[in-house]
Amino acid sequence: MSRIRQWSYGAGAMTETVPDHPVSLARRVMTSRRLRPLALAPIMAALAGCEAVVLAPAGDIAIQQRDLLVFSVLLMLIVIVPVMVLTVWFAWKYRASNKAVEKEHDPDWDHSTHLELVIWAVPLLIIICLGAVTWTGTHLLDPYRPLDRIDENQAVTEDHKTLQVEVVAMDWKWLFIYPEYGIATVNELVAPVDRPIRFHITATGVMNSFYIPAMAGQIYAMPGMETKLHAVINRPGDYVGFSANYSGDGFSNMRFAARGVDDAGFDQWVAKVRAAGQALDRDTYLELEKPSEKVPVTYYNSVDAMLFNAVVNMCVTPGKMCMGEMMDIDRKGGLGLAAVSNTWPLVYDKFARRGDAVFGSGESYVMQVCTPLEAERAAIEANLRRQQNARTLERADPFNRLTGAALAAPGKVPEAVAVNAAQAGPQTLPAVAASLTPASQS
Amino acid sequence: MASEAIVETTPLLGRLSWAAIPADPIVHVTFAVVVLGGLAVLALLTKYKMWGYLWKEWFTTVDHKKIGIMYMILGLIMFLRGFADALMMRLQQAMAFGGSEGYLNAHHYDQIFTAHGVIMIFFVAMPMITGLMNYLVPLQIGARDVSFPFLNNFSFWMTTVGGVMVMASLFVGEFARTGWLAYPPLSGIGYSPGVGMDYYIWSLQIAGVGTTLSGINLIATIVKMRAPGMGIMKMPVFTWTSLCANVLIVASFPILTATLALLSADRYIGTNFFTNDFGGNPMMYVNLIWIWGHPEVYILILPLFGVFSEVASTFSSKRLFGYTSMVYATVCITVLSYLVWLHHFFTMGSGASVNSFFGITTMIISIPTGAKIFNWLFTMYRGRIRFELPMMWLIAFMLTFVLGGMTGVMLAVPPADFVLHNSLFLIAHFHNVIIGGVLFGLFAAINYWWPKAFGFKLDRKWGLVSFWCWVVGFWVAFAPLYVLGFMGVTRRMRVFDDPAYHIWFVIAAVGVVIIAVGILAMLIQFAVSIINRDKLRDETGDPWDGRTLEWATSSPPPAYNFAKTPIIHDTDSWADMKKRGYERPTKGFEAIHMPSNTGAGLIISVLAGICGMALIWYIWWLAAASFVAVIAVAIAHTFNYRRDYYIPVEEVVATEDARTHALAQLKAEG
Repeated sequence: MSRIRQWSYGAGAMTETVPDHPVSLARRVMTSRRLRPLALAPIMAALAGCEAVVLAPAGDIAIQQRDLLVFSVLLMLIVIVPVMVLTVWFAWKYRASNKAVEKEHDPDWDHSTHLELVIWAVPLLIIICLGAVTWTGTHLLDPYRPLDRIDENQAVTEDHKTLQVEVVAMDWKWLFIYPEYGIATVNELVAPVDRPIRFHITATGVMNSFYIPAMAGQIYAMPGMETKLHAVINRPGDYVGFSANYSGDGFSNMRFAARGVDDAGFDQWVAKVRAAGQALDRDTYLELEKPSEKVPVTYYNSVDAMLFNAVVNMCVTPGKMCMGEMMDIDRKGGLGLAAVSNTWPLVYDKFARRGDAVFGSGESYVMQVCTPLEAERAAIEANLRRQQNARTLERADPFNRLTGAALAAPGKVPEAVAVNAAQAGPQTLPAVAASLTPASQS
Repeated sequence: MASEAIVETTPLLGRLSWAAIPADPIVHVTFAVVVLGGLAVLALLTKYKMWGYLWKEWFTTVDHKKIGIMYMILGLIMFLRGFADALMMRLQQAMAFGGSEGYLNAHHYDQIFTAHGVIMIFFVAMPMITGLMNYLVPLQIGARDVSFPFLNNFSFWMTTVGGVMVMASLFVGEFARTGWLAYPPLSGIGYSPGVGMDYYIWSLQIAGVGTTLSGINLIATIVKMRAPGMGIMKMPVFTWTSLCANVLIVASFPILTATLALLSADRYIGTNFFTNDFGGNPMMYVNLIWIWGHPEVYILILPLFGVFSEVASTFSSKRLFGYTSMVYATVCITVLSYLVWLHHFFTMGSGASVNSFFGITTMIISIPTGAKIFNWLFTMYRGRIRFELPMMWLIAFMLTFVLGGMTGVMLAVPPADFVLHNSLFLIAHFHNVIIGGVLFGLFAAINYWWPKAFGFKLDRKWGLVSFWCWVVGFWVAFAPLYVLGFMGVTRRMRVFDDPAYHIWFVIAAVGVVIIAVGILAMLIQFAVSIINRDKLRDETGDPWDGRTLEWATSSPPPAYNFAKTPIIHDTDSWADMKKRGYERPTKGFEAIHMPSNTGAGLIISVLAGICGMALIWYIWWLAAASFVAVIAVAIAHTFNYRRDYYIPVEEVVATEDARTHALAQLKAEG
């Protein structure tokens, strides 16, 4: 059922590379100090004063990406400039009205092996060079690869403790969770300068792209998956972050403040968040997740430790099965025919936008060909079957139980998810029915 | 917002009701103008008793030349719509600063940028290149028509019906609000429950049938119907690039059809190919759509590379430099275009090795493309360049396109793409290659082959006005977008809060106004030329001293193209024939076997359109009925045995004698 998802879910781990990768030649070429002033002079001059953040970023990753961009332009200009000059020159020189070159006209001249060699070889050489730089640059600047330097002059050492930030793109705002500090914010990202940051990125419903141009290139934020980005901010300042992938009505305002501050400033900010905030538990999260625009900066002084995990696994809502569990079941060979009707705990946003659809429509759609009563009965049956399956699985492998963040483990009621456990027993018919009503109204 | 209204479905009309009419004054005004304009056209057609003529001579025609012209007209009309969308976007983005919301709400604005992309690619660029290939390929290879003339008519009407459905979405319901490639989950039923996405799916599916069939048709034509002597390495370059473009069409459009079919299964019957639930995976859609989408951009540009080759050689009065390497470059591009799709989403996190692979394959495409540029350059070298309008478009293309190519290679470097992906830099890049390549190429082609199609040249003065407005307007409109990309401005934004961007958006808006003047000048150019057609008349059939076979026949060519099939000895067959003192055959004509007109293509397409509309609006009974009708008419058409006829020998003789007479008179005068 979820084999592909499994791959994508695991993509982060699979593509991660070793941090102490030897610094290659191409990287030295790319970032060499001899090259840089030459490289930047024309473009920087032309764009000075128009706040071209991509060309004058404040983070080491973005600076290296900029350098690669400039390097590739210069390399290509080797062939682009002559072509443009020759185009204009030939067009002018060989105009029909120019009697001086009339004698040169050679209507049957259509081949020259030497020229052919040149016109194929020159672009080829340039592409070989650019290809080599691309290969190394792509690996060294892979967003999944932990940083090995803070900036040009400073390598990452054991003293640098990476800041973990969990990012959730929602309709249409950003949630940032700082797991080490137990705090969270909406639409404000603050990070200490010169400290490596590791972003764990996901989304609630649709694709977005997490992008702070001043810091580092973007990476998609996708529901049910976790992408990663390693970056650092080197210069204190107020920057802008936003979604770079269109995500619906409120997309234009899906922006957040990204601030680089010194260590003291960061501590102060953490204290401020702790002092001012409320708690971010599952209910608050589900409320926050509802579509909204221009959400003001909000602070949360404590966060459910399993929240981000549940978001990635699409099981924050009570009663939903986590994807990890689904994959676990699949790994064991699935539930067989029982899976056919065991679907309610798996429905996430297939029929309706996440949260109450304040912007969506009440338009109807074909959901299931059955009456609400039948659906209800099917759901209850499915629920019972799920318990039965879980018991079977438990018997089969007592050491590998289904203990999802949202689902009750068979036979147990974990404290953290006490509210969800209500779904597990047969006495919960009204609860199941209630959870069905919004979906089955059509 | 229209979508907030609760719409009930009824068995008779599905979700269609009065609530489906958008409550937007802009749409109302447009609707009024379209209705009044449409009524005026209908009244005029009736008054001048044009219906019979249109039906007999145009709608039911199987003549590749007339179908080609109809494709061009379709593309032109849709271009005006697509450009109106562009104007509205530029205006919105120039206005929406300092807390202003502009004049478009998200619901309207999001439809506009989606419609702009869909229309410009599927209903402007595609019909125009198909029209061009339709008109020219049989003439260039010395054939009487395409391999499957009825299929050609059917393809045209399917494409047209798709376009009509997109236009209908403006007035009934809404269009998709997802961006032109409609990535799920946003395009799934959960996030786009309205009819907009269904309009998107069914208009593309119906038009896609037309495109695929016309691709098959043209491949068969080029492979099987070349004049004797025209070996594969003696084909004109335009025919070569058309062949490659059609191979791409046939190999890639089925992927689009399948992808959209899977998406509609998700939306209509609750499957989970691209949903977040049940192991569905939206990333699969992104991959699949670009496996079609990247070859698609080469489908658009390759035929225009052919056009530029013809133009370069004709107006430099020289053979094309490096014909063989040009052909190999085209074939290389055709193959490579399938190996680069992932560069559209490096930022999805595939990992460094995958990204590098696709980045490098993308760069490799620039090698054959660069070779082509050099070949045009050395075609001009030691030539006698006549600066007629098509040649001017070629120079503008070469100067514009190399920069677009350069920015493309910048985006092909994955780490650089991470900072520019989805930005206005990207928008500037692909407009740089699509306007600078495809559109400039189409304008070159229109100016170059217009005399062949209609027997008179286009007015030079208005052509120059249009040329300069387009070239200047293009740079004024899109250079600011490059700058804005470096400023970190992303695409599809409706409102802005940073005042530093404002001036650039204003400049871009000015650029679009200059382009608008260019478009107006082009329409005036057509009108003035038609009015002055007697002055601009060309009786020779070869006004530019052309080099390929289409210039051997009269302008416009007779229905049968060539009374006697020519024999080919050289790549530049007509230049070769002229050099060897070719004498036009003047006697010994025979009756010519030709395909008959049929209305079946139009009827089936309209029924398919009804089926599409019924599916969009959930009118299930009508969908079933019209689908059955499509099959029934198609079967009924197989019993139509009046498929061909002979043009009597007297008629051929009369036509050819008239031409002989005209040419003799011309010789006497000149």
